[in-house]
Amino acid sequence: MKHIVKIFSLVVAITALWIGLLQSSVIPRSHTWLLPVYFVVSLGCYGLLMVGVGLMNFPTCPQEALLLQKDIVEAKEYLKQRGVDVSSS
Amino acid sequence: MDAQNKNQANKYSIIVPTYNERLNIGLIVYLIFKHLKDVDFEVIVVDDGSPDGTQDMVIQLQKVYGEDRILLRPRPKKLGLGTAYIHGMKHASGNFVVIMDADLSHHPKYLPKFISKQMETRADIVTGTRYVKGGGVHGWNLIRKLTSRGANVLAQTFLWPGVSDLTGSFRLYRKSVLEDIINCCVSKGYVFQMEMIVRASRKGYHIGEVPITFVDRVFGSSKLGGSEIVEYLKGLAYLLVTM
Repeated sequence: MKHIVKIFSLVVAITALWIGLLQSSVIPRSHTWLLPVYFVVSLGCYGLLMVGVGLMNFPTCPQEALLLQKDIVEAKEYLKQRGVDVSSS
Repeated sequence: MDAQNKNQANKYSIIVPTYNERLNIGLIVYLIFKHLKDVDFEVIVVDDGSPDGTQDMVIQLQKVYGEDRILLRPRPKKLGLGTAYIHGMKHASGNFVVIMDADLSHHPKYLPKFISKQMETRADIVTGTRYVKGGGVHGWNLIRKLTSRGANVLAQTFLWPGVSDLTGSFRLYRKSVLEDIINCCVSKGYVFQMEMIVRASRKGYHIGEVPITFVDRVFGSSKLGGSEIVEYLKGLAYLLVTM
């Protein structure tokens, strides 16, 4: 099944649930009408939270830059010894 | 050792597209050979007519390592990444293909991990991920990290890709699988990398992940402007609707 169909089915299911709530008056009408707004806003907040958390925990690797420098020196030495021109232009 | 015998049956074609990477291609070839002892592989350099002497460097490397291990398959000018992979694959004699960047942001020391991950899990694709524990990025400022994280959250929310790093381009593919997906892909740039992995996921291919570290030395040149963001959103929308 195409992905967009899955998402569409999910939206339809949630909409059906919402209409059901509207008709059955389990929750006061005024709140029910606003449910989609609450939903979208919470989704947005969740997204921002995920971005923030991800940003705080962004994996970094400063030691890798140093290791890379060592590798570069080693590589240049090896290649130079074998007649390869390793001068940086 | 049993794993080593299995290694003999598999051959890995490492495709490295280059443009003005004269020194880097030498360094990366050295590192590949250093980390892949006892592995049957070849390096295929697809150079897009670099004016800085990249191809001369490759010829010098061929003298050191052998023309059967380093293949130079150039093109006359910059023709795009997707076609570079296709071009490289035409000359690949391995049953597995690795794609990686030439600028040393992808370190060859992860190649053995890619290979063993594939053998352990029998995966069709093994993709390097920068965003999990054990992986990481160096050389990105806060804004770059923010856009990367924002883009990833958007893609995860809407595409459910099953992969943690969608735009990464350090990957090992079973050659038949790469041939299958690459001919369907139409996007360019990093959306192309996303399209490849999402297509593979939708087709039911088994995708494994290996944490990798990514050292970005090309400071400041990849400025993320408004047009880049628009291109990304358009690409995301395209993938959302067509997959």
